[in-house]
Amino acid sequence: MEMLILQTFNGLSVSSILLLIALGLAVTFGLMNVINMAHGELIMIGAYSAYVTQNLFASYLPKSWYEGYFFAALAASFLIAALMGCLLETILIRHLYGRPLDSLLATWGVGMMLQQVARFIFGAPNVAVTSPSWLNGGLAITSTLVLPYKRLFIMALVALVLTAMYLYIYKSASGRRMRAVMQNREMAGCLGISTRHVDSLTFAIGSGIAGIAGCALTLLGPIGPSIGTYYIVDAFMVVVLGGVGKLIGTVAGALGIGIFNTLFETYTSASIGKVLVFACIVAFLQWKPRGLVALRTRSLD
Amino acid sequence: MIMNWMKLIPGSRTRRIVWAVLILLLCMAPLFMTPFRLGLFTKFIALAILAVGLDLIWGYGGILSLGHGVFFGLGAYAIAMYLKLEASGSSIPDFMSWSGINALPFFWEPFRYFPVAFLLGILIPAALALILGYFTFRNRIVGVYFTILTQALVMIVVTLFVGKQEWTGGTNGLTGYRDIFGFAFQDSGTKIALYFITLAALIIAYLLCRYIVNSRAGQVLEASRDGENRVRFLGYDPSRFKTFAFTVSGALAGLSGMLFVLQVGIISPSMMGIVPSIEMVLWVALGGRGTLIGAIIGAVVLNAAKTGISEAYPEGWLLVLGGLFVAVVVLMPSGLTGLWNRIVRIFYRQGGSEHAVIRKEG
Amino acid sequence: MQSFAKKVDHKLSLPMRHPVSETKTSPVILSAENISVSFGGFMAVRGMNLALRKHELHFLIGPNGAGKTTMLDVICGKTKASSGKVLLGGEVDLTRKRDYEIASLGIGRKFQAPSVFPNLTVQENLELAADRNRSIFHTLRLRRSDTVTPKMLGILEQIGLPGREGERAGSLSHGEKQWLEIGMLLLQKPSVLLLDEPVAGMTDDETVKTGELLKEIAKTCSVVVVEHDMEFVRSFAAKVTVMHEGQLLKEGSMAEIQHDPRVAEVYLGKRREDHAAASSH
Repeated sequence: MEMLILQTFNGLSVSSILLLIALGLAVTFGLMNVINMAHGELIMIGAYSAYVTQNLFASYLPKSWYEGYFFAALAASFLIAALMGCLLETILIRHLYGRPLDSLLATWGVGMMLQQVARFIFGAPNVAVTSPSWLNGGLAITSTLVLPYKRLFIMALVALVLTAMYLYIYKSASGRRMRAVMQNREMAGCLGISTRHVDSLTFAIGSGIAGIAGCALTLLGPIGPSIGTYYIVDAFMVVVLGGVGKLIGTVAGALGIGIFNTLFETYTSASIGKVLVFACIVAFLQWKPRGLVALRTRSLD
Repeated sequence: MIMNWMKLIPGSRTRRIVWAVLILLLCMAPLFMTPFRLGLFTKFIALAILAVGLDLIWGYGGILSLGHGVFFGLGAYAIAMYLKLEASGSSIPDFMSWSGINALPFFWEPFRYFPVAFLLGILIPAALALILGYFTFRNRIVGVYFTILTQALVMIVVTLFVGKQEWTGGTNGLTGYRDIFGFAFQDSGTKIALYFITLAALIIAYLLCRYIVNSRAGQVLEASRDGENRVRFLGYDPSRFKTFAFTVSGALAGLSGMLFVLQVGIISPSMMGIVPSIEMVLWVALGGRGTLIGAIIGAVVLNAAKTGISEAYPEGWLLVLGGLFVAVVVLMPSGLTGLWNRIVRIFYRQGGSEHAVIRKEG
Repeated sequence: MQSFAKKVDHKLSLPMRHPVSETKTSPVILSAENISVSFGGFMAVRGMNLALRKHELHFLIGPNGAGKTTMLDVICGKTKASSGKVLLGGEVDLTRKRDYEIASLGIGRKFQAPSVFPNLTVQENLELAADRNRSIFHTLRLRRSDTVTPKMLGILEQIGLPGREGERAGSLSHGEKQWLEIGMLLLQKPSVLLLDEPVAGMTDDETVKTGELLKEIAKTCSVVVVEHDMEFVRSFAAKVTVMHEGQLLKEGSMAEIQHDPRVAEVYLGKRREDHAAASSH
């Protein structure tokens, strides 16, 4: 029983991080058919923003304020990453519209450069961010089973982001425009929706969420210039598995990969576990080539 | 006699002469290169074999693979296993005993024999490409979906090779072999022989891909890049053509990996990882996708640049690599050959020539 | 919406069970039986029947959203039917085949927008259509040929593109692309040809010329044409099937169709119930 709870908890914990990373990817991919390979570096930017915020708090603000740095860091990570995403969209991706493979390569190039720039500024070795003390320790279920507060906090954070995304996409006017562009770009344009603005805004939001993911990752361990690359491939798999166009697909994809990954890794080894997950994904795509949730429409390709 | 031989080279008379001179120059390379430079050059042309195969699927088939590092690595490991066993003599390879293994794993046994190792170095990557291609193209998993899957393939294979240290040598990879058939890799005679073998392999790979590209099958491949559905309604199954091209491409990557190991004497998971795999794509992009010769030029030029920059300024290479990706994709999508063709066209137009049509011939 | 659908179903059940057939002389080559297609809950086609006879020119008409194009998609395998069968020659069930298999069984399809391969030359486009053997090892042995066969020259003449075999198909005009595609169909020699609005977006001259080409094709195969242009339909004295709301409404000659009150209702919207139903959703 304990084992089961622990497994489920670990699985959910991995899923929640994957979901946070994949959310932004799924939105930009769904909207613009652009795979943003620099997404991992936006996570890195978010993580370093948290690092810098923490250092600023430590050096310039009273000690009593320090514990609250994390909330400032969340905001900073979101804003800085969103700004970077917006820049990336305006300068580069917009000009590669309709060339998905090219934009994939170009964004990878940008990611590579961002990593190098981070190495120049912060140095190649990893840096540690001290988590707020109120996140230390854990929730004791039994004497041997303790669920760390940090992981619980991240899950709550993901739930919050997800709710906010849901409300934005399905309940706000801006979100409605976004869905309109996603489903039929030309038509939306004809109806007077500025597809350019929608693209920039969506890209900024997706990047901002990546920033939040980076900030959350600082709770789990030291961060480095290539932190994004550890998670990004799995996050892409979430998008492929979940399908595009609906939030629920991304959530299901993240849960699937996170839980199966944990499960396989427990019963085999880390490396064999990954092979099995990959095999399962390819097998799954035989059944549903467009992912879990795919809108069946009458349009030609 | 020379004229007869030259008829093997296709195209116009001028074209034949240019090719003959080029091949003659390449054959004379050992005369004017130091053994060190010749070794480097051999490495570049070994990598160019991979580039040709990658161009076959990307330039002509429109399929972007970020997984060629894996196929390259599988070929490289196959021959490295043979070399390692040779170097270890009757005992098991050193890293295995460090990991506490006493007996050679069964799947290492076939690699005792060179012909078997050589064949497996081509067949294993080809088989993996065949399987992956079959299960994805069949379901029309194409475009970025396929690209992401190939990248995931790289990640898991690298994790597997690092994780199974007792079988693969872990992060260190396979190294510590100095000779093949009793010829030391350091000898200049061996170097020259390897150079010619690699050059021959590149020419064969080029001619093979050219044959495919200029066949009706190549035409179908190119057509399905531009209009997959239309090809289906003509009665062709594009997934078969794509799977075939992907398999050939995987096999060539394996061959390239084998020749690479013979040159550098080491293969490790980091050489087949995500960054090297995507770097391979840049060779083709820079040279000019959709022209086989462009892929070769791209591989040689970029690897030469990499050697130069890394020697002078090790940290800078990744920055250059990233910048080049953006620049090539945005500014010259048709690469160096595209640039060359444009220059030639301008030159012809100024000369007022009427038949300034440059046909794409591979 | 639901009750309206049921009502229509009931009203139309008579003609559905007794399809009108006037040319009993030639055998049925293709028959679609009880085809239904659903797009995420929306029934685009429901219980549609269609029989195509050998060397028949069969027009499929109906108001927008009647499911005409979807019917073509089902026959050629682009869209999977939720239920029903499409039998070729009374034996082979096409709904179980993949799209390229259907094409190689001799079902040709022309889409509304011209779809030629822009990066291949005119000749290469034609070559792809002309080959009979579509296996990979056969095509590997064939070269991209340098010579134009006499047959291909004839086709080029016929489609009004003589001497232009070396041009990239992408550089042709809209109408020329359509003709190139028809040329490809001529070479492909299908036994059944499915055409989706072949004259849409064409000038009058182009329409006349396309009509001529289609007549030429129709000599050797059975053709199903989806068309809106009534003048164009009238100029071919052929069999017409009217679809409405995914179902068969009326089948017969053009004269019969024109005098059918239900068809007039559907096209002109005279009936009150229809208005009421339309305004309620």
